[in-house]
This record gives sequence, C-alpha cells and structure tokens, in this order.
Amino acid sequence: MLLTITNRHKPATDLSFLLHKHPAKIQSVELSNGKAHVFYERADDEECTAVLLLDIDPVGLVRNDGPKGNDFALEQYVNDRPYVASSFMSAAIAKAFSTALNGRCKDKPELVDRPFSLEVKLAVLPVKGGEDFLRKLFEPLGYTLNVTTHLLDPAFPDWGQSRYYTLILKNEITVQQLLSHLYVLIPVCDNDKHYWVTEHEVEKLLEKGKDWLDTHPEKKTIVRRYLKHQRSLANKALEVLVSKNEEDTELLDADFDAGLDAGPADEAEKVIRIHDQRLIAAKDVLLHAGCKRVVDLGCGEGRLMKLLLAERAFDYVLGMDISYRSLEIAKERLKLERFSEKQLSRVRLIQGSLTYRDKRIEGFDGATLVEVIEHLDQPRLTALERTVFEFAKPATVVITTPNAEYNIRFPDYKEGKMRHSDHRFEWTRKEFESWASAIASKYSYDVSFSPVGEVDVEVGALSQMAVFKLKTEKEEFLS
Amino acid sequence: MRDNKVIKVPELSLIVLIGASGSGKSTFARQHFKETEIVSSDKCRGMVSDDENNQVVSSDAFALARYITSLRLKNSLLTVIDATNVQDDARKDWIKLAREYHVLPVALVLNLPEKVCTERNALRSDRDFGKHVIPQHISQLKRSLKKLKLEGFRHVIELKSLEEVNAVTAIARDPLYNNKKNEKGPFDIIGDVHGCYDELVELLHNLAYVHNGNFYAHPEGRRAVFLGDLVDRGPKTPAVLKLVMEMVEAGTALCVPGNHDIKLVRWLNGKNVQVKHGLAESIGQLSAETQEFRDKAKVFLDGLVSHYVLDEGKLVVAHAGLKENMQGRGSGAVREFCYYGETTGEIDEFGLPVRYNWAAEYAGKAMVVYGHTPVPLPQWLNRTIDIDTGCVFGGALTALRYPEKELVSVKAAKVYCEPVRPLLPEKQSNLSLQQENDDVLDIAELIGKQIIETKYAHNVTIREENAIAALEVMSRFAVNPKWLIYLPPTMSPCKTSEEGDYLEYPSEGFEYYKNAGVKRVVCEEKHMGSRAVLIVGKDEGVIERVFGIRDEGIGTVYTRTGRAFFNEKETEQALLNRMNDALVASGFYEKFETDWVCLDTELMPWSAKAQALLETQYASVGAAATHALTETLAILNAALERNPLLAELSERYSNKLDQVSNYKSAYGNYCWNVNKLEDYKIAPFHILATEGKVWTEQNHEWHMETIKSFCLKDPAILLATPYRIVDLEDADSVNKATEWWLSLTGKGGEGMVIKPYDFVERDKKGLVQPAVKVRGREYLRIIYGPEYTSEENLTRLRSRSLNAKRSLAMREFALGVEGLERFIHKEPLRKVHQCTFGVLALESEPVDPRL
Repeated sequence: MLLTITNRHKPATDLSFLLHKHPAKIQSVELSNGKAHVFYERADDEECTAVLLLDIDPVGLVRNDGPKGNDFALEQYVNDRPYVASSFMSAAIAKAFSTALNGRCKDKPELVDRPFSLEVKLAVLPVKGGEDFLRKLFEPLGYTLNVTTHLLDPAFPDWGQSRYYTLILKNEITVQQLLSHLYVLIPVCDNDKHYWVTEHEVEKLLEKGKDWLDTHPEKKTIVRRYLKHQRSLANKALEVLVSKNEEDTELLDADFDAGLDAGPADEAEKVIRIHDQRLIAAKDVLLHAGCKRVVDLGCGEGRLMKLLLAERAFDYVLGMDISYRSLEIAKERLKLERFSEKQLSRVRLIQGSLTYRDKRIEGFDGATLVEVIEHLDQPRLTALERTVFEFAKPATVVITTPNAEYNIRFPDYKEGKMRHSDHRFEWTRKEFESWASAIASKYSYDVSFSPVGEVDVEVGALSQMAVFKLKTEKEEFLS
Repeated sequence: MRDNKVIKVPELSLIVLIGASGSGKSTFARQHFKETEIVSSDKCRGMVSDDENNQVVSSDAFALARYITSLRLKNSLLTVIDATNVQDDARKDWIKLAREYHVLPVALVLNLPEKVCTERNALRSDRDFGKHVIPQHISQLKRSLKKLKLEGFRHVIELKSLEEVNAVTAIARDPLYNNKKNEKGPFDIIGDVHGCYDELVELLHNLAYVHNGNFYAHPEGRRAVFLGDLVDRGPKTPAVLKLVMEMVEAGTALCVPGNHDIKLVRWLNGKNVQVKHGLAESIGQLSAETQEFRDKAKVFLDGLVSHYVLDEGKLVVAHAGLKENMQGRGSGAVREFCYYGETTGEIDEFGLPVRYNWAAEYAGKAMVVYGHTPVPLPQWLNRTIDIDTGCVFGGALTALRYPEKELVSVKAAKVYCEPVRPLLPEKQSNLSLQQENDDVLDIAELIGKQIIETKYAHNVTIREENAIAALEVMSRFAVNPKWLIYLPPTMSPCKTSEEGDYLEYPSEGFEYYKNAGVKRVVCEEKHMGSRAVLIVGKDEGVIERVFGIRDEGIGTVYTRTGRAFFNEKETEQALLNRMNDALVASGFYEKFETDWVCLDTELMPWSAKAQALLETQYASVGAAATHALTETLAILNAALERNPLLAELSERYSNKLDQVSNYKSAYGNYCWNVNKLEDYKIAPFHILATEGKVWTEQNHEWHMETIKSFCLKDPAILLATPYRIVDLEDADSVNKATEWWLSLTGKGGEGMVIKPYDFVERDKKGLVQPAVKVRGREYLRIIYGPEYTSEENLTRLRSRSLNAKRSLAMREFALGVEGLERFIHKEPLRKVHQCTFGVLALESEPVDPRL
C-alpha cells in the first residue's frame, strides 16, 4: 500500500522534478478500484522522500467483479489487496509517475539519465517464494536489500511467518530504471494480477524490461509470473526475449505441464519424462491386449486420451473424470470441436466418479487408471474396487500409482511428505502389490507388476504399474 | 344383424387397426378412442414431410410412430395404431414393440367390401392413387386373416361389414387379470409350501386363521396370498392343493403360480415333462386321489395369474419376484420372469442356474414380495423381500403380514428333501443384504436433473450443473456415504438493519417471525466454531448393525459438506468416546430406546477446522494491514508537521488502523490452540435422530433442555448452549433478549440464532424459516472485511437481497429432514443419499456467501 522513494543526493529535490510532482501538494490519481495519493514526507535540499500511498476501496473491489459463485468460500471481502503492494501499485506507478517511467523530464531533461543513490521502501510486499526469491530478483540488478519479516499474528506465534515483507532497497540507479524494475517485479513477487492478463501485457513487459530482463538470471520465472501463468503468452514473450534454443522452450513446457514452480531444471525434466512413460506404458498394455473399446478412468486433461485416439486399433475411447473443469480442458486439448462426425463417434468425455457404480463404463475391454487411486481416501477404495472390477469388469485394467519408496530420492524429501497435496496415500511396492493381488483373487483377475521409470536398485522406480487380466471361464475352471 | 355391440379390449394393449385404404379406420378410431391414444401413420407422414399422403417418407413416418408408441407403452398407456397394416411385415414390428413393453397386442380388423372403400376414397380429393391399390390391400388383408393369432395377436376382432362397424357402440377396457389394485388387504403372504401341509396348517393357526368346516378364513377378514410352488418335493401335495383351492374359491386367499406348479399342470395336461426336482412325489401322491380331484387341480393351476398388483399398486406378489417395468403387464416374458426370475445363463458349482439379482437393482415404488429361492432369513432389499425360507429343505415356512411388515415363521418338522445347494451359504458378514447392496451406489440417480419428494416442502429440484459440482465434492472429499444421513441447511440472516453502524440487529429477526404469525421464539447463543454433524453409537457393533459400517469406530464427526472433521481418527474417536460416556451417564440411550444418536452441533475452536483459512486469509490480511498501516501512519504523522494538508489523510488511515485492530480481535476471539482433548468444545443444538425417530416434532426448548442434561455430565468438553425463550408480544421480553444480544456481541460473541418455538412452523405461504441468525457488529468484520463499518462502505453493503438465501435455506432444510426420515425408516441408502447429495448440490447455487 505504501511506496516511498528517497533521494539524498543534493539538491535532493531533483527527485520532485523527475517525478513531476510538486513537493508542497497532495495529489491524487484515480485507479480502477480506488485512488493513489502522492505527497512528500520531506522535500528539502538534504533529503527528498516521495510517497505513493494506495487507497483501495475494499467494497468496490469485490462489487466490480461481482460474486463468482460461492465456491463454499467466504473470503472475498476479507482481502489483503487494499493493504499490499501488488499490481495495483504498478498501476499507480504507471499513472502517477508516467513521465518518469517513460524517461521524460520537461524542466531538467539532463536528470533523466543520471544515476542517483536512491532508497525505496515498500510496505508491505507479499512474496511467494520468501526472502530467497526476493534476493534473487533484486540483487542481480544491483540492489542491496533490507528485509523485515512479519509474524502472521503475534497473539498466535505458533502460526508462523506471514508472506508479507517490509522491504528497503538501495541502489545507484536512474529513476526510470528504478520505476521499471518496481513496475515489473512487484506483481512478480506477489504472483497475482488484479486484472485479466491479455496479449497487451506482453508488450508492456517487453517495453519495461528492455534494458535488463534479457540478462536477468530469473527471467523465466519473471516472465511466467508476470504473465500470470498464461503459457502461450509467456512463450511469445520468451521467443522475443531469448535467443531461442530447443532446451529452453522444452523446459518451459515442462514447468507448466508439471505445475512446478521453477524447480531445478533436471528435476522438472525427470518428472515430465516419467509421466509420459506412464501414459505410453498404459497405452502399450491396451494395444498388446488387443483392446478395442477402452476407457480412461480419471482422464484429467486428456493426455492419455490423445495418445489412445492416435491409435487406429482403438474403436472407441471414453474418458471419465470427476473434475468438470478438467474435462473442459480435455475437450479443448483434444480439439474435439474440430473433429469430424466420424471421429467424434470414436470418443466421448463424461463426468463420473469411481466411487459410484456407473453403467456408462460397462462393456469396455480395456480400462486405465493412471495416477488415480492415490487421490481417494483409502477407505473409499473398496467402492472403487467394486465399481471397476465387479461391475464395469473390463478384460484388461491398468493401474499406476507412485512408488512411495522412491520419495527418499527427492532432494526435498521429508518423512511422510507426499508428492502432491491431494494425494491421500502413497504406497510402497509391497503395499500396492498386496492390495492389487487381493483384488485380483477376489474378482478373478490375473495381475502382474512392473516399474515405470528408471529403476533404482534400492527403492525401485518412481512409479509402479499393475496390469490386471480377467480370467476366462476355462482358466477359472482350471485354477 | 347384431346391434349395440360392445368390443372388449385389455386396458393396457396395443391395438393395431387393420384395413384397406378407405375402410374407415381413422373415423372408427376417432369415434372410440381419445385423440391422444391414436398414432396415425398419415399424421406422422405429415409431421415429417408436410404431406400426409407422401409415400416417400414412409420409413421416417414409421420411425416417428414407433417412437411415440414406445413412449406411450412405457408409460402404461393404451395405444391405437391407425395404419393399413395389411402386410405382415408392418404388423410384425408392432407385435415386437408390444412384446418389448410387455403389453398385449390386439388386432382390430375392418374387413369391408372393396366397393365401400373405393367409394369413400373417391370422396377425398387428396387420395388419388392408382385403382389397383385398394384391391391389393383387400387381397393382402384376406390372406392375413388366418395368420393373425399365429403372428402373436392375443385378441383378434374382425368387423366384416359397415353394419357391424356401425353397431359398435363402445369399446370396453377390461382390467388385466393381474390388476387387483382395489384389493387393499390386509394380507398374509405365504412363501413356498412344497407340500408341507402340516407346517402350513400350523402357520395358518398362528396367523389366527380358523377352519369353518369348508375352508380357512380369518376372523378379521385378512386374506392369505400364496406365492406359488405349492407342490412337489414335500409329503402332502394334494392336501396343500385342497386347502389352497378351497380358500381361493371362497375368496379368503389369492394364489400366484410357481415354476413347480406350472410343470405339474403340464404333466396333468399330458405333456412330456422330465420327472425331476420332486415332481415324482407329486405324481405319486396325486395318483392316490380321484380323477375328479386331479381335473379340478388342473383347472385351478391352469387358471392362476402370473402375478398380482395389489393395494393401489403399492404391493406386487409374484413367485420369483418381478422387475418394475414388468409389473402389471402381460407377456410371455413377464410370465417367465414370474416363474423363474432372471438368470445370467451361467451354471454354478452345484449345477444350478446362476440367478441374476434383479432385486439389487430394483428401484420401483411397489413393494415386491416373492419366494422361489430359499434363503436362511428373509431380508429387505430395495423394497423387495424373498420369504421362501426353504420349509421342505428343513428350514421354515414363513409368512409376511402386510401392511405390518411382520414376519411369522413355522419351523419345518423335518428335512423332507435334501437341498442341492446348502441352505445356509457361507456368510461371513453381519451386514444386512440392504447394507451390502448399499456399499456401492449407482451414479444414475444422482447426475442430471433430479426431483426429490420431501415431507416438509414441495418437490425439491436439483439442477444438472449443481449435481455436477456436488458429485465432485462428494467423491473427492466426503466420508463414506453410509454415514451421510444428514447435511445441515444453510441459514439466512435477519433483514438488514438501518440502526447506527449495525448491519444486523435483533429487531429485524423478531419482526420476521412476528410477521409470520409466530408468537414465541427461542434465542440461542451462536457459537463461532464450525458446524459439525456427529453420529455416535454405544459401540462398534451398533454402528455395524445400524449403519452397515465396519472398522470405522463408534461414530463419526463430519462437516457441513460431508468431509471428515478430523484428519486424525484418534482425536475423532476420543471425542466420540467422551460424548458416548456422557450419554451413557445421563441415561440417554434408555430414555430414548436407542443405541445411537445423530446430533447437529457446533465444534470449537474455529481454528481447529479453519486453521488453513485463518493463516492464508484472516491472519494474513491482519498482518498485511497492520504493518502497512503502521508504516503509513508513521510517515503521515512525520510529514504532518511540515504539511498540515495531510491531516485528513492521517485521520483516514488512523481510522483504518483502528478498524483493522478490531478485526484482529474479532477473529482472535474464536481461536485458541488445541493441545489436549479438553481444548475442544462441542455444543450440540439439535437431537436429529435416534432409532426409529426423527425429533422434529419436539420444540427447541425440549432440544435445549435434553441436550443440557447430558452436556452436564462432561462440562469440560460438552457445552450446553445458553438460550432464552422470547414472547414476541411482550415488549419487555423482546427488550431483554435484545440486551442479551448486545452483551453477548459486546464480549466478542458471534451473535444469536432465533428459531420459532416449534421445530417446524408454517404460515399461509408454507414453511417458515427454521432459523434466522443475527450476527454481531464486530463478528461481521471477518465476513465483510475490516473496514465495513465505515459509513461509505456500510451504505453500499446495506443493499443486500435475502430472497435467494431464504429459498435455499428452506429447500435444504426440507431435504435434510427428508434424508433423516428415510434413514430411520430403513429406506435403501440411495434414497437417503439422494437427499444429502441434494443439499450439497444446492449449496453450489450462486448465493452471496456473506449472508
């Protein structure tokens, strides 16, 4: 909510010329949801401190958007936006200090390119990624940082630190550079935008970052966060920015797909490869089993379906998922709207749940559950077992799930920590095999197991797969 | 010449008119049937081509006619096909359709002379087809006449002249033989007897039937219903037949045939049947009887009707049971089902056909009572029950008293026949058939638009998009659906207050009930915790018996969206044990004649469930605001000396800081650390259900007092909620309650809930809100934001509409109670789940979440 810029280079009031704001006045500019006030804390020869103070209307903020369903939530009006430095602050900078940001100064044009010893205070700045990330953003640009952390609530020290910082930055720098850095990096710290990110933002980013972004070591994260996870826009910006090489774009894809946040590059790549391997392994099982009608249970955003649809061996591919949103994305990814009538007759997406019996998934000869079971509470697995193996009863069933033993190989390994916040359990190979074998014997299937991914002698592979084959009557008789 | 002829047709039939063009089919149909009953090929031609005589579109027209007809037959409506139907190909399709829907096909032939037809067509300008057409039709018709019965028409009615056509004055609709909807009972339905005469006599005596010298009769007019398989295997088949025949003849019993009875008839009719499965015993025993008796038995068994639909359709009896879409219908398939049930085509290890468990999928409204498959104990499953307890195999002969649903059994005197398959299967589970069946619910009854009948409101409609949202939440997060017998309804606040800086104030709450004609209300302190539904049983055995849940402890605590309240099972069970101890100590279980209870409660602290929300949202906002505003004020105050113009801003931001500090204490009031079990507090406020009872008939004072009596047994955890009863016509009483609210909220309390004195209140328009909340000024900061009390904000916030919220609260309340009612009446879980799922679906309707 508060930004101060201090100049102690005599005559200090040069700053007021550059900012184009009169030291004796209080000026206000209108923002989309409130105002910003500009005034000076002090303005004399020795020191000049300009203050940019946000005055966000908390009620208007919500009203303009309108209630977006209720999402079982109550938190709309209780919102940190009025009190933090966020994209609102960038908007205020652009509006209140536009001449300075654009490198103009009518009265003293010679000041524009002169570096000053400037000090900036931000109160408070929300940072996703903590002090480390803050330093990674500002230090490469020559800033020295003074970072103050804040407890969530001193009355409840157990709750720990908040994500808000009071930040003091010092640098020898031109005012225009300073404002450009702040304009881009404030929302990057916050990792949020108060408006919908459009193509127009790419231009803004390229313009504000023209002198420094290309060589910034965190440029990928900056671009991605600034463009608020709009993957195609981010790629577009990087194309312009970076002398492209294959590795870079691949990595970018990897980041998005895995939903990772700027993890170490090799880790990200590994995770991607393993997921593709799982999908291909599942597809191969269905192909070798000679399946014609296949169903992907928990199809998510349709990655496996895409592979399955590319195989002519499959006459019909049904995708089912519990998340309606995922299905919408799957529909887009598969480009169903561009399918011909004939192609469309081969594919269908339905919302469904594996804990309810569903006649729509009966009559298939192959079914896959790729990284699905671990998203169910363990007691609910009994329902899943009956839904799949007793009622739907496909001849071939492929189930993959993480191998918990492998977790110890992760750099951020913590006992009991799971790979995904929605995982309800992760099994060792022994646990998975005993569960799967019990099902197989109960519902007359044969089951075999294989690792997915590179096998570590001690802990096995990242992921594990069980392939179930329905026993024919003859086999059953013999057994 | 016959005149005034009345034609009889079965009430549910597919009447296929047959006649050449110009024979007057349409005119005849219009005279004798409702317009909506007639499906005309010409009309269908018109609908698909704008030309009723367009022969090119015949196949589309037929498809349409077939579609309309199939929907009508599905809905049990008599239908007349108005088309020439002179070719057997055309008729074949209609017969097939009739069979598909198990209705009787009837051929009504207008066999008129060529001259009549030609003259008629000549009068119509639109019928200009070749001269050969009518003669061709007539010749096809004549060739068809003899074949009609063979083709499958159950009745063939032929009108041979204009005079005969004109003589028809009416078409009478005969009820089907199986339709005995007018017979309301009471009945005593008796399972497979198989010649066990002694046990049958004993059973009839136990049921208070008396032999009056000619036949058995019940002094109160009850009637016996025999489910068939009277014969074979057992020692006294002729005696059983005699007894039943006498009763049926006298009207003191009904009887439907079983597969054994049918086979015996075929033998009696001299058909070649395999003498197996106990038929030999019947033959042997009958050979000692007179020919006259054998003939009589033959006629009796031959005349039995496959099944009966009784008591206005509420009861269906059939030997092997009957699926919903076959009830009250007639076809070969229906009879087969009644005799043998459905089989999968597989053979089990004993060489017997594997039965397809139709009852597991039964979703019909009628209760179905059947026999055929011996079971150790009759058990309800989806409103069906098999009461064949295998008397002849040494089991018992069982009767079901209807409508009482009581079972009366007589042990078999001995094993008359060794069963091929052991009577007692290996059954390890203690769960009932219904509970096992309920392990997996079918999705079909949840997705798409659903309409749910409730006791307290009109039908509640669940829209498809809301069901989509509910399915996701239910599947990903909810506890075992067997626990979910209830989800609490949302609650509306009172109307917006205009008083000072209050958004809500008690007077509007009182006013609401006063306007609804309620004289007395109960005000309960509103605890700021999290809503929790709590189910607890005396022990795990009770939970297994009542809820069909094993290994999940002595109960559960779940949130208003059906999620487990506690992540750690141990904490949940420890709290439930404390609750159980308190209930035991207060004598609750004895007093309520129950082994379990379901309570609506508030569980504190708020931070126990909302920790994540507190950290990411509430405390975060507090931290950000405090530090940003403190820093801002320091600067403003420093600059103020130099620039007095900043005074206004300084005051504005210092006011913001005050509001933020109030906001922080507001949420802080509801948070405390939990280090031991006693740091949790549970405040129950409704006793929802116990064995066989939903407690909505008791008023809120009763609920509060009863709850207090067990809360006192463990005050360290259980909290009896302070409340007061307010007489709305007594100003003093109202004022005191208002002062009470001011003092509660002044101390940081959330506020209070006003409820009508009686649990369920109605006014002219229907249900009255079951509760209205009045929230405190400071509490509302955590809903509307720290700065909501500023005049500029408050004026805007005052314009809020409550209609959507109130309508939602009402529908959810009705559904919630309905779910409980269904549960205590031991309805299948899917019926209960429909209600809780419905509440969850309604919760996804877009309503201002701050209300």
